[in-house]
Amino acid sequence: MATTATPPTKPVKTPPVTPARPIRKLVPNGPPILRFYRSSVGKKWVMAVTGLMLMGFVVFHLIGNLKLYLSKEEINLYGEALRDMPGHLLPRTVLLWTLRSGLFVAFVLHLHSAYSLTMINRKARPQQYQSRRDYVAADFASRTMRWTGIIVLLYLVFHLMDLTWGTANSEWVRGDPYNNLVYSLQRPVVALAYAVANIALAFHLYHGAWSMFQSMGINNPRINKLRRSFATAFAGLILVGNLSFPILIQLHVVDLQCPHTEPTTAPCKA
Amino acid sequence: MSNASMRITLTVWRQASADAGGGFETYDVPGVSPDMSFLEMLDVVNERLMHDGKEPIAFDHDCREGICGACGFMINGQAHGPERATATCQLHMRKFRDGDHLTIEPWRAAGFPLVKDLIVDRTAFDRIIESGGYVSVGTGGAPDGNLIPIPKPVADAAMDAAACIGCGACVAACPNGAAQLFTSAKMQHLNLLPQGQAERWDRTVNMVESMETYFGSCTNHRECEAACPKSISIDFIALMNKDYAKAQLKQRRLIGQTFP
Repeated sequence: MATTATPPTKPVKTPPVTPARPIRKLVPNGPPILRFYRSSVGKKWVMAVTGLMLMGFVVFHLIGNLKLYLSKEEINLYGEALRDMPGHLLPRTVLLWTLRSGLFVAFVLHLHSAYSLTMINRKARPQQYQSRRDYVAADFASRTMRWTGIIVLLYLVFHLMDLTWGTANSEWVRGDPYNNLVYSLQRPVVALAYAVANIALAFHLYHGAWSMFQSMGINNPRINKLRRSFATAFAGLILVGNLSFPILIQLHVVDLQCPHTEPTTAPCKA
Repeated sequence: MSNASMRITLTVWRQASADAGGGFETYDVPGVSPDMSFLEMLDVVNERLMHDGKEPIAFDHDCREGICGACGFMINGQAHGPERATATCQLHMRKFRDGDHLTIEPWRAAGFPLVKDLIVDRTAFDRIIESGGYVSVGTGGAPDGNLIPIPKPVADAAMDAAACIGCGACVAACPNGAAQLFTSAKMQHLNLLPQGQAERWDRTVNMVESMETYFGSCTNHRECEAACPKSISIDFIALMNKDYAKAQLKQRRLIGQTFP
């Protein structure tokens, strides 16, 4: 082993040091809520709060859909009850549209914060690592949030066209969610897309339902272990519940039913 | 310890300056003692390079006992290499096997512009500290020890945060190039203690905003925590997020210094 050092023949040139250039400027003006949202910490708060609202929607959506297993009448009455709630306290569909508007705003904010955080993060590492990264803690779910989110978004557009507007469902009948849903998921391609989207959603929730606690600063040694269990259980229950529909419909355990109950007057397709 | 000598293949990022193009160069390194630290192994490589009249590999280092935060680079895609809670200088070659191929690369982040080879400029961290990582105290006579009672768990938590050596591994390991772990540690070791209350809400807003000027955002991958040579917990990031919302949304900065 050669240990006798020969001094370098040419003097070592000290390279010029250029300090880091800011990747963005946070303008310290405007109302507090805007100033808060400009920061990435604030965007993560918005991401977490809107994510929580969307999680609430996913739960109630699943509970409603499970009425499919009670009877055709139950789920069709449930659809009617959604439009009619809260009874005679408000004009018909007013509360439904209020909730839908809230959901829409939450969804848009969730998307906007995700988009702008992605843009910030791209600027934060202009040159990628040239050797292969070896991730230690980041799991598949956390690293694919953008992709699982986009899959769910694309599916959601189809899902609305298929079952809410009926434009992607030739047998769609207003006011008969039972037959609309069963007919829709009897198509193998739709059932497959439904399954793929729900698997993506489960991965999204597996990370998101844990991550939101961190973003909102809900952190205490007493509950920290429960946060992971909660997210796993939440994602698992949503996955099992939602996947049961395409599977049982494909297996014809749940099938088209006649005759239609009121208020539907459309011809029977079963 | 054993006298067995190892032979490793070392692929190193070489770049003369920030403007010059860079690339990997591979060196055959025989005669490595398993008792050498990673930096001592690089010293040997550099001695041989200089002996051959070549430019040595530039890398940052100072104390070589894991407490200064000067050293650090990516080793096989992990900040500070594969051993947990260990800075590069405290990583020993016995953690690798004879015949291993090691690839080393500088931290990569917009906030850490490259200076040369494995050296990056971490002045952006100083900008964050300047914006709030301090307490203003009157420098009178020395006060008695333990004059201010602090519960033990609080003192322990503050100490855990204060263990940060500012090496930059958290930024390097983060898939988003975020400096949340560094900033939250430097903020929370003061925010947790009574002495840090007077400037708490200003500190929180100013440090977060100066951090965001240079670095990315946290998406809770936990890579920073795994890379940290001091094992600083992401719990401090959650505390920072809580304090930031309180400071901004509840306007604590304006209504006074009320305790949380």
